Amino acid sequence: MRVLIVEDDAVLANGLVVGLRLGGFGADVVHRVEDARVALAGGGFEGVVLDIGLPDGSGMDLLVELRRAGNAVPILLLTARDQVADRVAGLDHGADDYMGKPFDMDELSARLRALLRRGEGRAAPGLAWNGLVIDPGRMTGRMDGRDLRFSAREFAILHHLMERPGTIRSKGELEERLYGWTGEVESNTVEVHVHKLRAKLGAGFIETVRGVGYRVAPEGS
Amino acid sequence: MSIRLRLILTLLAATVAVWLSAILWIQHSTRAKVEDVLDARLAESARMVSSLLADRRIDVADASDAFKVPMAEDATYSSQLTCQIWSLSGALIGQSSGAPEARLSEGAETGYAFSTIDGERWRVYTVVNPALGVRVMVGDSVAVRDRLVRDVIGGLLWPAAIVLPGLAALIWIGIAGGLAPLDRLAASLRQRGASDFSPLPAGPAPADLRPVRDALNGLFARAAKRRETERDFTAFAAHELKTPLAGLKTQAWIARKAEDDVTRGAALEEIETSVTRTDRLVRQLLELTAVEGDHLPAQVFGLGEIVSEVVRELEALASGRDLKIVIEPMPEDLSVPRFLLHAAIRNVVENALLASPPGGIVRIGAICDAGRCRIEVSDTGPGIPEAIRKSATDRFVRGRAGVGSGLGLAIVAVAMERLGGTLDLMPECPGQLVRLTVPRDITPAGGRRGR
Repeated sequence: MRVLIVEDDAVLANGLVVGLRLGGFGADVVHRVEDARVALAGGGFEGVVLDIGLPDGSGMDLLVELRRAGNAVPILLLTARDQVADRVAGLDHGADDYMGKPFDMDELSARLRALLRRGEGRAAPGLAWNGLVIDPGRMTGRMDGRDLRFSAREFAILHHLMERPGTIRSKGELEERLYGWTGEVESNTVEVHVHKLRAKLGAGFIETVRGVGYRVAPEGS
Repeated sequence: MSIRLRLILTLLAATVAVWLSAILWIQHSTRAKVEDVLDARLAESARMVSSLLADRRIDVADASDAFKVPMAEDATYSSQLTCQIWSLSGALIGQSSGAPEARLSEGAETGYAFSTIDGERWRVYTVVNPALGVRVMVGDSVAVRDRLVRDVIGGLLWPAAIVLPGLAALIWIGIAGGLAPLDRLAASLRQRGASDFSPLPAGPAPADLRPVRDALNGLFARAAKRRETERDFTAFAAHELKTPLAGLKTQAWIARKAEDDVTRGAALEEIETSVTRTDRLVRQLLELTAVEGDHLPAQVFGLGEIVSEVVRELEALASGRDLKIVIEPMPEDLSVPRFLLHAAIRNVVENALLASPPGGIVRIGAICDAGRCRIEVSDTGPGIPEAIRKSATDRFVRGRAGVGSGLGLAIVAVAMERLGGTLDLMPECPGQLVRLTVPRDITPAGGRRGR
């Protein structure tokens, strides 16, 4: 779940990146409308957290521009102007959700998950694969009648692997998910967390594809 | 005193005064006319008696008994015309009934005279008839004459007494009608809400009230504009505070949720940064309100003193970013509101420090002549971007993303305006030069602007 954050305030932008990563998202940040345009043109984002007041223009204009161009990426507007009229205007211009500053990080994460879920055409909150059901809101899982608990990093890796079951995720891609919590990821961090996941889920749940990366094993295996 | 009462009293007083002077004038002229007519009658009567005597129709010698002039008893103005005939030697020959015993007049010659007999005043005409050797005196009671004049005046006063209250009522109604538009204006003003700045209804108004209505509408428009500016500013300020608050809340959430000390430490550091920045934003908001405020008296102080004060305040910011501040000597004294100049210099220097790259230098210098001082602050930062140079002094226009509140130069601009000085932003290579030109001595700033 890669999300683009468009926010000019340095402290808030940093908080959003780290907070969303802690919540199991992959987050990139830009500070200006122009940079957001470039980043979105590159693609690869499943959602956008968009501030309205930006130094080189209005996020609202970017929103209108994206929708006019046929870009359907889920967008959550984030702004200090949170009167009803502002919310209505934002939603009517094509935003999928709207949050006023200051906001609750847990709520923002939940709303983003809901947006992304709908973007993928799913209504149920959890992901299920091979007998494991995970709940991104609580970072927990359930397998064979047992409740499982994961650390944020373990869950981030697991979640990313289960989003598109069978897709191979490179180590670099997985590191990117972890990057930003501590500023840097040690070279064996991914291996350490995969090892911990295997201890909880059984050795065969996550497969190592030598030289490429990791994936969840095909169902029934 | 209300306009209504004053008008009514003035009009009533004027009416009464006109009426009274009319009555006095009529009294005077009536008295003169009545006296003329009655005097003529006196003379005529006297001459008539004298000629009757001359015709010998009345024998003076036989006229030992007084003859009578019958008069109707019920006549209101029974003139009590009284006649006496005296011999030239001084013996009473005859008199009319009701005539006093005493001689009517002591006058010896033909003509008019006044006399007082038994406390009653008489007007007497004497005719001397030397041929017969008699004096004929015809007298008229002055009291009767006065009564005649009094009755004429009374005839004028009574209708006045009856008409005056009616007139007062008419004046009252007239004035009430005339002042009704004023009452309507007052009523419409009374019903207004405190935030209703719409113009007064444009219906027909008397010409006298139109300037008042126009003036009020002008006032409403100015008040509305002021209110709007303040509301915009408050809304802006609230929005500006919400972003750092959101940042604080997010970082606090991270600090709570973080599983490792490094993440937590980074979040706490961000919180500190944000608190410092938000503190500056709040201080600048207050400063902006203060530089716009009234009652800023001029004080005499050294320019160097205020600059070193500013530098002391900003020392932590400078050393935290490894910046050097160079102050050129400035021995000059100024006499301006100290707070305004302090706020202006502080914000300019703070901007310069925030814009400078680590290791940069901020220079503060001043050149003064007899009338003005030019204070120049230069930095080695990237300079104010060309795109926002024109709007740089607008509120919440920021030079660099995520840094500063967007209020610094707005405060400087307001302070300079109040000081009667100018703010110039000049790009340097590299960096930015900000020049403040201020008069060395000004009258208190309150008088400079029409606030």
